[in-house]
Amino acid sequence: MNEIAIQARDVYKVFHKQRGHLPWERSDGHSGRQQAVALDRVSFEVRVAEIFGVLGPNGSGKSTLVRVIATLLLPDGGTVTVFGHDVVREAIAVQRLINRVSVEASFFKKLSPMENLIYGARLYGLSAAESRTRIIEILTRLGVERWAIDQPVERMSRGMQQKVAIARALLTRPALLLLDEPTTGLDPRSKREVHTLVRELRDLNSTTILLTTHDMLEAESLCERIAIMDAGRIVALDTPEALRGTVALHQGHPPTLEDVFLELTGKLLTADGK
Amino acid sequence: MISSAAQQLRASYAFVERNTNLIKRYWSWEVVWLSYSIANSLSVSYIGLGLERIGGLQVDGRRLVLYLVVGTLVWHYLSMIFYWLTDIIGLERWEGTIEYTLMAPIRRLTHMAGQTIFAVVYSLLFTGVILAVSVMLFEIDLASANLAGAALVMLSGSLSFIGVGIVGSTLPLLFPERGSQMTHVIIAALLLVSGVYYPVEVLPGILQRLAIVSPATYVLRGVRAALLDGASLPTLWPEIWPALLMGLVAIPAGLHAFGLAERYAKRAGKLARSG
Ligand SMILES: Nc1ncnc2c1ncn2[C@@H]1O[C@H](COP(=O)(O)OP(=O)(O)OP(=O)(O)O)[C@@H](O)[C@H]1O
Ligand SMILES: [Mg+2]
Repeated sequence: MNEIAIQARDVYKVFHKQRGHLPWERSDGHSGRQQAVALDRVSFEVRVAEIFGVLGPNGSGKSTLVRVIATLLLPDGGTVTVFGHDVVREAIAVQRLINRVSVEASFFKKLSPMENLIYGARLYGLSAAESRTRIIEILTRLGVERWAIDQPVERMSRGMQQKVAIARALLTRPALLLLDEPTTGLDPRSKREVHTLVRELRDLNSTTILLTTHDMLEAESLCERIAIMDAGRIVALDTPEALRGTVALHQGHPPTLEDVFLELTGKLLTADGK
Repeated sequence: MISSAAQQLRASYAFVERNTNLIKRYWSWEVVWLSYSIANSLSVSYIGLGLERIGGLQVDGRRLVLYLVVGTLVWHYLSMIFYWLTDIIGLERWEGTIEYTLMAPIRRLTHMAGQTIFAVVYSLLFTGVILAVSVMLFEIDLASANLAGAALVMLSGSLSFIGVGIVGSTLPLLFPERGSQMTHVIIAALLLVSGVYYPVEVLPGILQRLAIVSPATYVLRGVRAALLDGASLPTLWPEIWPALLMGLVAIPAGLHAFGLAERYAKRAGKLARSG
């Protein structure tokens, strides 16, 4: 297999903020169109079976990057390949290899976790019968109680829903797992369970993991390499130790990843209204 | 190749099963909707019996009732297919699952096929209930009707509305906030020009010209000819082929348009905004 799981080259993505809903309200060509550069020539590689972290302030482009890799957004420039498949030209080949967990757990709220997950499994060509046992296995492993599996998702707490979202992604055994703030809203114990699971996936199944997070400790303990983004750009990319080494002693103590984050981000002006 | 086809087939069943689960969970809404539709349908059909009293006219009330029953049933059936298809995006945007469905390794054809199978079965059952109630309340005499002919007309009508529905389903992709409302405009226009409750000949010239491009015009005329006059197949053919043709054009055209709309949505970031 290819040694490189994700290869991103000069990925560029800009969003146009429209003013009105109707064509004539927004077609004022020159004056009113605002644009936001969400990804500004982003290049990086993720190796197979690597746990790769992406940090950055709100609005720095992390989720946009994840969506481009997940074939949910088309880049305006540059290329991304996943295990050698181009995300634009070979979308279905890429889709077979990936799954994603996003911040908001998105489910049919009136359906149960079981029904939601079987729906998900069928979309990936898995049969209901083989999925059912695995769903119970994964959900139990994540600490979702048995009674909750057949209740509407809307009755579960946010953290519980997030666990179901993680289960949905694991169910299809993706070679590349995209985790966009997967542990936001989870209690400390549940966070640790997710961390253990992520490591296990990598160790036992050689799953490649790209993870965005606002939790510096999580990034530091899980990720082999971390990219720090700011205003759509990657401003640093290295191992956690090396990143800490780039910042001088901080008020007498060795710098933490948070010090590095604060040092490197938030200084660039946003591209809004450029 | 075979396993891939099997996989796509299995995936299209995902939509049937999911929608079935959804209507089970939202069953109280289904009951409300069904009651509303029955009341709506009956109140239109009673106009047939009422007309004699209102105008003191010499009309054949029975024939008029059947004319209106056909109109309301055919319209319920066709518009329901239309709405299930145009809602393919809206439904999931509302639930928030749209990104998960669109990042699954399935062809849009598979996706549409699943939704279409469900739409047709659901609309048949739903309309069937209204039909049963209508038959109970009005003495409908179908002894001389050409039932097979009517079924054939309905089949071509289903195809054409599947096509129109797929074309309409691009609107919610293109216009996240207003797309669903726009589909109501399409259905309202079709209701006006297709002669659901009156012959299109009573319409002003310009609307009559629009009636020509509405598949529902042919379906309604064909089903009425078959049920009211027992028209034979050769007589029905002029009503069958235009709807059939519109379906055969609109389905591939709609799928193509949907593909383009999806690309646009993925380029402009219209699928989901949060997260
Ligand atoms: N669908 C969209 N339409 C318009 N603008 C968008 C869209 N998605 C993202 N943006 C803009 O792109 C920029 C990057 O957003 P993105 O969601 O990628 O940030 P993020 O790093 O994930 O932030 P957070 O930490 O808050 O999740 C922001 O300016 C945002 O407003
Ligand atoms: Mg984000």
